Amino acid sequence: MGFLDIDNTTKSYGAVEVLHNVDISVEEGEFLVLVGPSGCGKSTLLNMIAGLEDITSGEIRIKDKVMNGVHPSKRNIAMVFQSYALYPNMTVGQNITFGLEMHGTPKPEREKAMKNVAELLQIEQLLDRKPGALSGGQRQRVAMGRALVRNPDVFLFDEPLSNLDAKLRVDMRTEIKKLHQKLGTTIVYVTHDQIEAMTLSTRIAVMYGGYVQQLGTPQEIYDSPANIFVATFMGSPAMNVIPARVAMEGERPVAIVALHDGSTTSLPFSQDNMADWNGRDIMLGIRPETITDEDAADRNSANIAQMTNRIVVTEPAGSDTFVTMTLGGKDVIARMRSDADVRPGADFPFAVNMEKAVAFDPKTEMRIVP
Amino acid sequence: MSVASQDTAIRTGRVTRTLIYLVLLLFALFYMLPLYVMVVNSVKPLNEITGGGMMNLPQAFTLEPWAKAWSSAQIGVDPTGLQPYFWNSIKMVVPAVAISTVLGALNGYVLTKWRFKGDTILFGLMLFACFIPFQIVLIPMARMLGLIGLAGTTWGLVLVHVVYGIGFTTLYFRNYYAVFPTELVRAAQIDGAGFFQIFWRILLPSSGPIAVVSIIWQFTNIWNDFLFGASFAGADSQPMTVALNNLVQSSTGVKEYNVHFAGAILAALPTLLVYIVAGRYFVRGLMAGSVKG
Ligand SMILES: Nc1ncnc2c1ncn2[C@@H]1O[C@H](COP(=O)(O)OP(=O)(O)OP(=O)(O)O)[C@@H](O)[C@H]1O
Ligand SMILES: [Mg+2]
Repeated sequence: MGFLDIDNTTKSYGAVEVLHNVDISVEEGEFLVLVGPSGCGKSTLLNMIAGLEDITSGEIRIKDKVMNGVHPSKRNIAMVFQSYALYPNMTVGQNITFGLEMHGTPKPEREKAMKNVAELLQIEQLLDRKPGALSGGQRQRVAMGRALVRNPDVFLFDEPLSNLDAKLRVDMRTEIKKLHQKLGTTIVYVTHDQIEAMTLSTRIAVMYGGYVQQLGTPQEIYDSPANIFVATFMGSPAMNVIPARVAMEGERPVAIVALHDGSTTSLPFSQDNMADWNGRDIMLGIRPETITDEDAADRNSANIAQMTNRIVVTEPAGSDTFVTMTLGGKDVIARMRSDADVRPGADFPFAVNMEKAVAFDPKTEMRIVP
Repeated sequence: MSVASQDTAIRTGRVTRTLIYLVLLLFALFYMLPLYVMVVNSVKPLNEITGGGMMNLPQAFTLEPWAKAWSSAQIGVDPTGLQPYFWNSIKMVVPAVAISTVLGALNGYVLTKWRFKGDTILFGLMLFACFIPFQIVLIPMARMLGLIGLAGTTWGLVLVHVVYGIGFTTLYFRNYYAVFPTELVRAAQIDGAGFFQIFWRILLPSSGPIAVVSIIWQFTNIWNDFLFGASFAGADSQPMTVALNNLVQSSTGVKEYNVHFAGAILAALPTLLVYIVAGRYFVRGLMAGSVKG
């Protein structure tokens, strides 16, 4: 039993099922991020935890108490909305204490709680203003203040940063992370931004089409994606997924991949079980940062493969240079050091860290587990 | 070349603008004329009117007709003036406007923020009320009022106007609340506010513009209503409009046009006042629902 249990939960609107048997157990103090493309059901799931949407089947429990049918205000949760949802007719102070007032907390206590939260979020000087007179970042803080003041069991965030500009988004991201580390509260956080998901979470649930595709730590999700969707959704630029054929070179299973001119190269697998796939087609997953020049290859890796291929496009991005080539008939991106000597049209000796490569079954699109 | 064309542009601009203003002025005069006639003739002695000088300014200025229309003119059988009927109207309009506006706001709140199965159909049916001609309901309504014991009373009239007004007020508030962010309601729910607390504390404080629209609309319609007043009011609950009619129609003695004019202005004054005080909010409120995203 976790702190927050989402137990075999389903959501239907009429005949349409938008969430299918979701099973997630969140421990106390965890930062769970629900991430996925638009329409995958993230907000719906969050609203079900909040009690704003009915649960069609299954159970949601907080601290082992069944929450099905319990009113949102009785769940001891707090929510930060995408639009912040600050009450426009109330001052910042009133916004923060409204929940306490509704729960019958006496005024002196409300004032004290408000002071504490305002200090924590550094919004003391804003308390008498109306939300209309605040900047986006300040509104964001007030919205968090309103959630914090209730001292809830679980915090729910629905894309809280998506209305901010890029710079402020990064700042607030750090701030939310700090806040979580300081207060140690349990958080469920919805975003469609995979970088936000990676940086903030202790665990990620990647969702697509109403299914949880994978639930795991950021590292697990990144290194061992459960399927091609997760592999390509998480990470930027996305993981390269290349058609390949498995063959044996002596005892070693290798991936045979077509180069730009139709000739092939062989990339040896680190996983012995790939021998079972000898002679069959697979999809080979290689992250851009594991294709480099030889000097930059990971020295700790026991399995660096060499491959010479033609460079199609180079895109310098300051810290890195992204190089596009054709591999297995597809555009494949490599992430090189910015000082690598790469020119479009030239043949270049690449080093591929095959220790990090993963293979997918082309039919089921599931990762072939070593 | 360009200078020349700019010149002609300015010149034709000036000419057309003068023309436009002239036409507008004419229209304004045309519309002001009845008011002019009413005001001018309400402050003349009767003989100046019967003498044929309808359009002339008064030679002997007098407020006598106003005083008479207000407090001593013959209306029906008693020489009471319009005064008691004015209060009848107030006693009918104020509760009717208040109740229909509050109910409309509640309806709009429920129809947008507490959606239920069949809510759009229900709303459609309520809208239907806006298109039912008054005459159709006269007899059933009279029967209803009789059955519930409100026939011939002010409260009976209040009920009729509330029932008729609710379609409009619901329409106004529903459309206004449809664009009111639902996330605010959800946030308030999580904060622990109940159905009415959300309404009073969150929605109503932001409803100023549409409330003004609803109040003006309802006030004007109910104050100006004649048919329901004439049909359902008892002798001691007749509204101003019916009394005015009786004043003008009373066939005893000479027709005191100056008193009639004064009475007509008195009857129109409250709605005029409401427009002058709240008119600009009216336009703003009508726009608010449609433009704001
Ligand atoms: N009231 C509703 N009736 C029918 N279908 C709905 C309703 N609300 C949501 N849906 C459907 O449920 C699915 C999930 O919606 P949800 O809002 O949870 O998506 P999301 O993952 O939050 O997307 P986004 O990133 O765009 O916010 C969508 O396909 C949506 O069309
Ligand atoms: Mg959403």
